[in-house]
Amino acid sequence: MSTLLEVDAIDVAYGDFRALHGITVRVAEGETLAVIGANGAGKSTLLKTIAGLLRPIAGQIRLDGHNVSHTPAHRRVREGIALTPEGRRIFASLTVEENLKVGAHGRRPGPWNLQTVYDAFPLLAEKRTRRGAHLSGGEQQATAIGRALMSNPKLLLLDEVSLGLAPVVIADIYKALPTIAAKGTTVLVVEQDLTQALTVADRVQCLLEGRTVLEGAAADVTREQVQAAYFGIDEQEVG
Amino acid sequence: MDWINAVLQGVLLGGQYALLACGLSLIFGVMRIVNLAHGVLAVASAYLALWLVQQTGMPSFLTLVIVIPVLAAVGYAVQRGLFNPALRHGELSPLLVSFGLAVIGANLLQEIFTADSRKISIGTLSTASVELGGLRLGVFSLITLVVAVGVIVGLQLYLSHTRIGRAMRATKDDPEAATLMGIDERHMYALATAIAIGTVALAGVFLGMSTQFSPTYGDLVLIFAFEAVIIGGLGSLWGTLLGGLVLGVAQTVGAQIDPAYGVLAGHLVFLVVLLFRPQGLLPKAVVA
Repeated sequence: MSTLLEVDAIDVAYGDFRALHGITVRVAEGETLAVIGANGAGKSTLLKTIAGLLRPIAGQIRLDGHNVSHTPAHRRVREGIALTPEGRRIFASLTVEENLKVGAHGRRPGPWNLQTVYDAFPLLAEKRTRRGAHLSGGEQQATAIGRALMSNPKLLLLDEVSLGLAPVVIADIYKALPTIAAKGTTVLVVEQDLTQALTVADRVQCLLEGRTVLEGAAADVTREQVQAAYFGIDEQEVG
Repeated sequence: MDWINAVLQGVLLGGQYALLACGLSLIFGVMRIVNLAHGVLAVASAYLALWLVQQTGMPSFLTLVIVIPVLAAVGYAVQRGLFNPALRHGELSPLLVSFGLAVIGANLLQEIFTADSRKISIGTLSTASVELGGLRLGVFSLITLVVAVGVIVGLQLYLSHTRIGRAMRATKDDPEAATLMGIDERHMYALATAIAIGTVALAGVFLGMSTQFSPTYGDLVLIFAFEAVIIGGLGSLWGTLLGGLVLGVAQTVGAQIDPAYGVLAGHLVFLVVLLFRPQGLLPKAVVA
């Protein structure tokens, strides 16, 4: 498998506050990587930087081997990077279908269109004429993911899919992930929900205060290891 | 009969106000910018049309083919070069920039065209009228009203059903989320302004065909357009159409009471709406 995304030792700062310290992430084509970590670990910052909303002060981001570090966010979408942002950010005055169509603004060719998105998220098909402002959290999340898929990304970035949603709704949305991966889309998911992250991902990478503290195949890492890394407890203490 | 006539003439006048106001409404609706250079741009369009007629002898209406694209290009450039950078410094900055533009524009027009009042000749069309149950309606005013309704319906359809229109509404809702959809926010804003200033050009040329104008006439245009937008409801194009009509009718009915009260009556209706219905008459039929 060739490497699709290489995040190479990036530093990201908000003013004086350094949010990411030399983070390196590699995602192979077709793979699903889960980046986990507690609040403030820098997970969302990492995704925003990959999507181009933030610029690294050091390091490089490469997609398919070429440097996109200085490409503005709207052009990265055309290169094949799509982000489902934290808080979903649905266009409130647009209907579900209009939200999806806006997702296809860049007209990248690929397997995703209105029909395939409605197939992946059947609940959206029933709500297609409803405005974004009148959707439930789960419907908004499904719309946000569908909207990102409409750009036919090579790399789909999912930020905190489960945040604020009921477990049954989360399960419903995660059910679509295998379909997405099956269409050849590489997925980088950021999660606080360990169970979901470990089920969907091929690999996990755990961040703590802007640094990578654990990395491995999802099948190889134990829950205890992850929890230790998650909260920054030394291996010895866990025993 | 006089009163019915006053209302009808007011509706026709309102068509002109609505046409003048929809560009202001669109720019506010998409970007939350109050463009104080609106009136000057309308008057500049009239001067450009007049200059073209004088230089080339082309028919007055044909000048639209040149004036609209030229002003739309000016709108695009102003947005990219001035308003977009200003937006980064907060909501007040574009307002101040547009105020500066208005002052510079009016003075430039005065330098080039002098302060004399001018009018674009449209021959017999300016006095042509049709009779309707004993009332006489000006043909040119009727054309203006039809054009105004056409422009507003066209803009609505464009915003509702085209790829770019949807992208504009998405950018209005959440500019950062829009960039995540591959939309270049600065380009989208500039396109919206280009379209808006294109409608201002159309309105300005029609204005110059219907009345005497001078370089400072833009102030009055801005006030009437602004009143139409506020009466109708900020950011709503249908509201702007209604607002223009209400303002027109208020002015002609006021003038029917006493010829000196026309413009004053318009201002009063505007104030009453601001006091008792500050969100405007049609705030829900939003651009988006």
